[in-house]
Amino acid sequence: MPKKILIVDDEPNIVLSVEYLMKREGYQVTTANDGQTALELLSETKPDLLILDVMMPRKNGFEVCSEIRADPTLSRLPILMLSAKGREAEIKKGVSLGADAYITKPFSTHDLVDMVNKLLKPQD
Amino acid sequence: MTTTLIVVLSLGYLGMLFAIAYWADRRADQNRSVISNATIYALSLAVYCTAWTFYGSVGRAAATGVGFLPIYLGPTLIAALWGTLLLKMVRVSKGQRITSIADFIASRYGKSHLLGGIVTIIAVLGIVPYIALQLKAISRSFTILLTYPEVTMPNAADSLPLLQDTTLYVALLLALFTILFGTRHLDASERHEGMVAAIAFESIVKLVAFLAVGLFVTFQLHDGFTDLFDKAEAAGILNPLIVDGMDGYENWFSLTLLSALAIMMLPRQFQVAVVENSSEHHLRRAIWLFPLYLFLINIFVIPIALAGQLTFAGADVDADTFVLTLPMAYHQSTLTLLAFLGGLSAATGMVIVETIALSTMVCNDLVMPGLLRRWKQIPPNADLSQLLLRIRRGAILLILLLGFLYFRLAGEAYALVSIGLISFSAVAQFAPAMIIGLYWRGGTRDGTLAGLLTGFSIWIYTLLLPSFAKSGWLPVGLLEDGPFGIELLKPQALFGLTGLNEITHCLFWSMTLNIGTYILFSFWRTPRVNEATQATLFVDALKHQRFLGVGLWRGTAEIDELLHLAERFLGASRAQALFQAYATRRKIQDIKQLPADAETVHFAETLLAGAIGSASARVMVSSVTAEEPLGMDEVLNILDEASQIRAYSHELEKKSQELEAATRELKEANERLQELDRVKDDFMSSVTHELRTPLASIRAFSEILNDDPEIELIERRRFLGIIVSETKRLSRLVNQVLDLAKIESGRADWNAEDVDLLEVIEQALASTEQLFAERGTQVVRETPNGACMVTGDRDRLMQVLVNLLSNANKFVTEKSGIVCVGLHTYHDRYEVSVADNGTGIAAEELPNIFEKSRQAGTASNKPIGTGLGLPISKRIIEHLGGRIWAESDAENGAIFTFAIPKKTE
Repeated sequence: MPKKILIVDDEPNIVLSVEYLMKREGYQVTTANDGQTALELLSETKPDLLILDVMMPRKNGFEVCSEIRADPTLSRLPILMLSAKGREAEIKKGVSLGADAYITKPFSTHDLVDMVNKLLKPQD
Repeated sequence: MTTTLIVVLSLGYLGMLFAIAYWADRRADQNRSVISNATIYALSLAVYCTAWTFYGSVGRAAATGVGFLPIYLGPTLIAALWGTLLLKMVRVSKGQRITSIADFIASRYGKSHLLGGIVTIIAVLGIVPYIALQLKAISRSFTILLTYPEVTMPNAADSLPLLQDTTLYVALLLALFTILFGTRHLDASERHEGMVAAIAFESIVKLVAFLAVGLFVTFQLHDGFTDLFDKAEAAGILNPLIVDGMDGYENWFSLTLLSALAIMMLPRQFQVAVVENSSEHHLRRAIWLFPLYLFLINIFVIPIALAGQLTFAGADVDADTFVLTLPMAYHQSTLTLLAFLGGLSAATGMVIVETIALSTMVCNDLVMPGLLRRWKQIPPNADLSQLLLRIRRGAILLILLLGFLYFRLAGEAYALVSIGLISFSAVAQFAPAMIIGLYWRGGTRDGTLAGLLTGFSIWIYTLLLPSFAKSGWLPVGLLEDGPFGIELLKPQALFGLTGLNEITHCLFWSMTLNIGTYILFSFWRTPRVNEATQATLFVDALKHQRFLGVGLWRGTAEIDELLHLAERFLGASRAQALFQAYATRRKIQDIKQLPADAETVHFAETLLAGAIGSASARVMVSSVTAEEPLGMDEVLNILDEASQIRAYSHELEKKSQELEAATRELKEANERLQELDRVKDDFMSSVTHELRTPLASIRAFSEILNDDPEIELIERRRFLGIIVSETKRLSRLVNQVLDLAKIESGRADWNAEDVDLLEVIEQALASTEQLFAERGTQVVRETPNGACMVTGDRDRLMQVLVNLLSNANKFVTEKSGIVCVGLHTYHDRYEVSVADNGTGIAAEELPNIFEKSRQAGTASNKPIGTGLGLPISKRIIEHLGGRIWAESDAENGAIFTFAIPKKTE
């Protein structure tokens, strides 16, 4: 059974490209355009990985991230932050809020795919 | 009452005084001064009220009614000037360690030995009668008390053999007491804290005693003031007192003036007011407390005088004794003793302070110069402090014996008050030299000498000679016909001046000639270097923060020599302690390392000045140092420099205030800059964020296409389309950033053409037609007919409108959006508005909506744009002389409006 990925971003073109990349790798993909919708979709789709933008309407990525980490049922969900916010302080903030990886836009498709694969590799 | 009782009481009282003084001295040594207190300072000034006040006021009131008042009116009036006049005297004296009035005058006119000596002689001769008066008061009150309750007047002073005269023993006892008080050790600052404490105590005793007698007379013997005055009137003694006392305005004026001068010039007043002053702040309370004291001690003078005359009508009782004899007559033994003690304290207080002050003057200004001449200005190599103390003790004894002598010879000829006024007139001769010298730089030693000698000669001729003549020592014909029968030279009607009493007559002539010769002789030549130096230090005393004398010495000195000199006059341990304290003040550990510079020499000189007077100190210090004389120009330069430094420091203060203001402004500017910097930072961050987003899509799709050449054509086209549109978005963004930068830096090109706003609106709507169609937005126009002309740049106005229209389109809901464009005409401007029925703008966003990087981004559908459209629009409209604003409420969407002035015809 393929692993499920939830992609959250308010830029339709970004969603489109990431969705294409993930599907090409054989993952099952759901998408959301804002933070609130993403949180609602989580219980429904039970994804194995979250690719999360930061600057979004209705709950930004940082808020979504900390809510997930506060929820015991979701606390182990891997989160990959994909953001145009590239300052050192912002990266640190994302990591400290519980993101497993932080990739800045514009991103290398190879790095993104490698990171997703790494995060989804079965843990021994 | 027995002699034993009275003697024991008197000695007990003096013992208590001594205990108080001893205690205050101990406290002073422990640096816990009891007299450093404004009230005690004011009380000590009340040493002005002597036995003359205590007994004599009543005597004078009985003779002249309210005529006793000017003696207290003068001091009350001049107390109002203490804030400047006395303050100046105090500050000068502290700076130069001036220890007496002779020292003060000598110092003012170039530290002249001659002047100091003359002032001392005048003071001693002038004050001796006054001391005699106190001795007379004590011995008379003692003798009267012996016959208690029988009131009898004692015999004349010279009727007793010398050795049986109590006055002699009183004088000797007081001499001993004063020696114990005033010359226990030689103090560099010449202050006597113990003495001041005892004097303040005595001031309370005499006030309480006088008030007690007054209350007894007024409220015990009679039913208050009204009853007493009624009885006096019935007896026919009231009117003469009040009405006659008011007679002779010139006498009132002269007595008021005389006493005003006396309270400043009497050696004992100078001692307590200036030398013993421990803080300039104490002056302020004295200015009102001292006059209050005078008021209190005078309230009952008239009642006691009236009651005495009622009680002793027809009997031979001297009015000068009423304070004592009234309680006696009514068998009030306790009150009698209290009155006796009050009189005793009034007399002893005066004698102690006066003789201490005079002995300092005699020692420093009369004996020291003589000794210096004998030593040829090089003191013998021995401890001289004991010698100085012995001189002072001898002087005290001598002065009191002189007082006794005067009492024996002339004491009976005059009432108490008259003797006091003779003394007042003598010391008043110091006033021109003192007071004018504090405000006028031109006074010279010669002028002072001439003024003092003339004034004093007039005093001798018009007051002293007549007193001798009345005592029978000189032929009375001198008074009646003038010397050698020359009428014009009659001592009491000099140059034909008649109609004044002898005191007023003397004051008029002595003051006129004193001041006249002082000024005349001062103008004779310009002040010399040392006179000019001292003149500046005195006249400008209140301007200097610190005593200025330091800069006025140049030469070479040895620290050992200076210390050795001080040791000889002050004693080794005392001198070393003072030098050590001075070294510590200059932050130097060892005395030996003190630099022998102008400051140290000045320190040593003022130290010696305290002990031997300023003129002698100057001579002594010059004997161990090699002073290079300063020329007049140099002195003036130094003084000028000092005033320049003052001006400079004033300027510096101003500058520093300006600097503070500038710093404050800079700080504010910096805060604004930091805020701007933060805004710019946010803008950069926001711009890069906006740049990264399209770049991310472009890169992602490029890589996808690059990695997989096999992608289906349809997908490939779609991805390439995205890349192209994102690239356009990127270019637009870059252009807008550049555009904004260009407008802000003022490098943008602006056309100034005639533009029809309606045309611009139509063009803008045409170019955005496609956008509206895509979202299914309905566009409504509310525009007038006819051209709406403004002056401006057509393309820029287009840019603003397109921006507003596309913004509106972004915020409305798809398919149901309505955007309304309106144009309204006002008398001076057009207003163009773009309204939508979208989500509106939150109230907290409104103020910042036109700021860079403040894109309203919390709405659910984030606007697609650069966030630079509105800031650019704002700058364009403002450049065209208009303004732009936004209104919004959540239900009806947002309205953006800009106003542009009409084209000027």
